[in-house]
Amino acid sequence: MNLHEYQAKELFRRFGIPVPAGEVAATSAQAAAAAGRIGANKPGSIWVVKAQVHAGGRGKAGGVKLARSPEEVGQLARSMLGTRLVTKQTGPQGMPVNQVYVESGSEIARELYLSLLVDRSKERIAFIGSAAGGMDIEEVAATTPEKILTTAVNPAAGLQAYQARQLGYGLGLSNEQVIQFVALAMKLYRLFNDCDASLLEINPLIVTAAGDLVALDGKINIDENALFRQRELQTMRDPSQEDDMERRAAEHDLNYVSLDGNIACMVNGAGLAMATMDLIKLHGGAPANFLDVGGGATPERVAAAFKLILSNPQVKVILVNIFGGIVRCDLIAEGIISAVRDVNVAVPVVVRLEGTNVDQGRKMLKDSGLAITPADDLTDAARKAVAAVGAASAATPNADRA
Amino acid sequence: MSVLVNKTSKIIWQGLTGKQGSFHAQQCLEYGTQIVAGCTPGRGGTEHLGIPVYNTMPEAVKATGADVSVIFVPAPGAADAILAAADAGVKLVVCITEGIPVLDMVRVKAALKEYDCRLIGPNCPGIITPGECKIGIMPGFIHQPGRVGIVSRSGTLTYEAVYQTTRNGLGQTTCIGIGGDPVRGMDFIDCLELFQQDPATDGVIMVGEIGGTDEEAAARYIQQHVTKPVVAYIAGVTAPPGKRMGHAGAIVSGGEGTAAAKFAALEKAGVRTVRSPAELGSAMQELLR
Repeated sequence: MNLHEYQAKELFRRFGIPVPAGEVAATSAQAAAAAGRIGANKPGSIWVVKAQVHAGGRGKAGGVKLARSPEEVGQLARSMLGTRLVTKQTGPQGMPVNQVYVESGSEIARELYLSLLVDRSKERIAFIGSAAGGMDIEEVAATTPEKILTTAVNPAAGLQAYQARQLGYGLGLSNEQVIQFVALAMKLYRLFNDCDASLLEINPLIVTAAGDLVALDGKINIDENALFRQRELQTMRDPSQEDDMERRAAEHDLNYVSLDGNIACMVNGAGLAMATMDLIKLHGGAPANFLDVGGGATPERVAAAFKLILSNPQVKVILVNIFGGIVRCDLIAEGIISAVRDVNVAVPVVVRLEGTNVDQGRKMLKDSGLAITPADDLTDAARKAVAAVGAASAATPNADRA
Repeated sequence: MSVLVNKTSKIIWQGLTGKQGSFHAQQCLEYGTQIVAGCTPGRGGTEHLGIPVYNTMPEAVKATGADVSVIFVPAPGAADAILAAADAGVKLVVCITEGIPVLDMVRVKAALKEYDCRLIGPNCPGIITPGECKIGIMPGFIHQPGRVGIVSRSGTLTYEAVYQTTRNGLGQTTCIGIGGDPVRGMDFIDCLELFQQDPATDGVIMVGEIGGTDEEAAARYIQQHVTKPVVAYIAGVTAPPGKRMGHAGAIVSGGEGTAAAKFAALEKAGVRTVRSPAELGSAMQELLR
């Protein structure tokens, strides 16, 4: 689960990690008022107005702007709020800006990069630091990997001061700054553990002109699996930043990821669902989504899945691929038939079933009188789905040109 | 033969009295698995499905001498259940549970180093030696005793490989579901090592997916240590980066963990790969001719 910058900074404050003075605002009046409260409010004062979206690359996209007065803060906020910000990470549709963060401007002497994540191969929480702050870390990793320093934490001992010290000196910090850095690292480690984070990124972590370490940006992802024990963080979820269909799917307890093709999939099991998408592509088609209905392919869930799939106007064919191990194929077939009727599915549905009572299930689908085509196996299913797209396009050639 | 479990294995069912634990215990009993005890704190001294239930793992182990356990405990208590089993002397723990927090597993893996205990999972369908012992949620009837070892991060996608090798007569020695989580117990290399040593296993089918670098490490291992034929398939060629594809561990992040990179690493190591999951069985059959 992603958090906004302002939420990450709220957590930073709570754990004692230095951040500039800042407030979140949902209207331009609130933004101007916030500016009045924070910052020195004397000639030469600078505020930063930052669009709050769950995506990086805001600066280059015009989502981070400087202001020299509370009035200007209000104007910048007005220009951002209610718009959609398109960054290189959002896709062309961008993300809605419903809030801005108004922050007191800082005097930046140096920009560093610091993040914490779970290193899968080491099976430990790792710190990643780089003196190339404010840049795309993946680019730095690709072009100058030697600039990236890491240290992994032994869960038994916790983060040791020497690790943070070595990292600090490695980043070229002064003796005084290294002392600050060690304290900062300890607090970040505590935050990461206490909040069940999966990623925590500060880019940039700045050294101010006065020599202090301050987190100028903050990005935190919380482990979805841990939300049951992170009730407060759960309330920080912002559905407006999520893909609409993925959000609706989650409400129905379905695992869904949008793609941009026209053959929708409905499968039981994440691995098989990915394989089904891949199989469609292999046979010349374009998958519209990933959808794992999980272990319970009941009529209700299948119907909910069909409704979700069909709210995507690009879908021309639905491919259902269910390996019914313990769940019987005749029951699954029954569920599919009743769902197709209830939801009034108007596109062809290709169904590949395997498992207990499979012959019975296939017969039921064939005899249903609906546009349901049973497939004999995986390959047959993919071929039939791709062919059905061709047939649909041939039948309605003008639809594609609309 | 087989690896890790066979008809003499005695299993403790952690979470026996819960809905999932109970249903699957019934299925496994019907398959012939020797479930000798259940463990549910608070239900000690009772019986469930004709199996004695204990409050704690040491009691269950002492009463039965079992050294294998399976965990059907819900996510909030599953990491605890793993360590309880290891501490009680269980040698093989199979954790079916999906949704365990990653940091719990980081701590569990570190703590497990102290014990002579293998972990399979979490978030996995389990392990089965066809005809002898089924520990998990896989449909027993699609399996058949035979010659091929199967190791997979998936559940239903594994069943495809199983079904194909059953239908073409190869059958399986043991099928191990290592699970879909990012921090887990046995990995591909651990399973490949066992299959390489097992006289009854003639070939190995490996089913991977996006996320992490386990398959790449396995490719290097196969090149150096595995002489038996291996067929590999990686799911998620069409998965977009940065998205969690169902499994917690199935995510391409920071450019790492793509299906393309895994296919390339495996092919570079001389492993036979298939681009369609429908070809796993036939590819294995060709190699074993």
